[in-house]
Amino acid sequence: MTREPRPYSSPYLAGFGIGLVLLLSFVVMGRGLGASGAFSSTVAAGMQSLVPERAAALEPYAVFLGDGKSGPLRDWLVFEILGVILGGALSAYLAGRLRRGIDMGPRSAHRTRLLLAFSAGVMMAFGAKLARGCTSGQALTGGALLSVGSWIFIVAAFAAGYAFAPLFRKQWT
Amino acid sequence: MSAPLYEYGLFGESTSLLVALVIGIAFGWFLERGGMGSATKLAGQFYLTDMSVLKVLFSAVVTSMLGVFWLAELGWLDLPLVYLPPTYLLPQLAGGVVFGLGFVMGGLCPGTSCVSAATGRRDGLAVVGGMLFGVFLFNESFPWIEPFYRSTPMGQITIPEILGVPFGWVVFAVVLAALAAFRASEWIEARR
Repeated sequence: MTREPRPYSSPYLAGFGIGLVLLLSFVVMGRGLGASGAFSSTVAAGMQSLVPERAAALEPYAVFLGDGKSGPLRDWLVFEILGVILGGALSAYLAGRLRRGIDMGPRSAHRTRLLLAFSAGVMMAFGAKLARGCTSGQALTGGALLSVGSWIFIVAAFAAGYAFAPLFRKQWT
Repeated sequence: MSAPLYEYGLFGESTSLLVALVIGIAFGWFLERGGMGSATKLAGQFYLTDMSVLKVLFSAVVTSMLGVFWLAELGWLDLPLVYLPPTYLLPQLAGGVVFGLGFVMGGLCPGTSCVSAATGRRDGLAVVGGMLFGVFLFNESFPWIEPFYRSTPMGQITIPEILGVPFGWVVFAVVLAALAAFRASEWIEARR
């Protein structure tokens, strides 16, 4: 890609679009959006192919194995996340924003950034598993349905983000 | 028309997976359009340099909340058939804190890390890898975590139910709060 990347849309417009997609999901499927569930299915599928006895015996794997007739990857959220990957790539391609690299603050180093990104993934997996959902399944979906736990999650996540932000200031600014 | 369509048996499980793919494509499209695949942009939320995360999240929540509310009021959407995530007070509070720490550490959340990775960013791929490893660690330590994981269950409960006020009142309050948050965000961004 040699084109100049086009600027992002208005965040209000993007949010309105996501809101309509979420509403469509409620109306068509009777369920909202999600992301962390697809990671759980993927890990359950991995464990099932490596150590099937353990996958069947330990609950957090077992609940993602489905009815046993089809594999754990034949799952609604897995297909939805495949769509997210396709849709994200398509949008970036059409806007000239598809390019290899590492997104990081001006004072950070590649190794530090990747190490922190990986650790952040581990943390968010624990947080999302404990909370039974992430920014998609809790904040967006449960938030729009006014679920008590979802709003507790939203407030706690934002408060923690601001509380811990000074620790990572050098990383981002 | 009676919705949710899937719950009323308008199509089967195989079609639902196709629906998932299409909904996902639209979700990923709008996330990328709003710049949500860029960790530096997302992290800006926590240093008050870029308020996009708040604007995208609250615009989406308000749009879909108003849609759900009015479709239910008009009798077109059967709200009890829409899956409501159950509340577990302490696990969701603690989960939110751990999640928030990860969010500011990595600048991405699970969904946006997929967009970031899909648009060529290696930091997004690192978050995806960390998520998979983290799920594995959580699952393996589940026997120790389980008592806390199951603690303080409150069932499927909404804010209007717990406050004992009409659903529409809370909808209205969230709209007002979002408008105030948008105004504050514009002020914060203009100040810099």
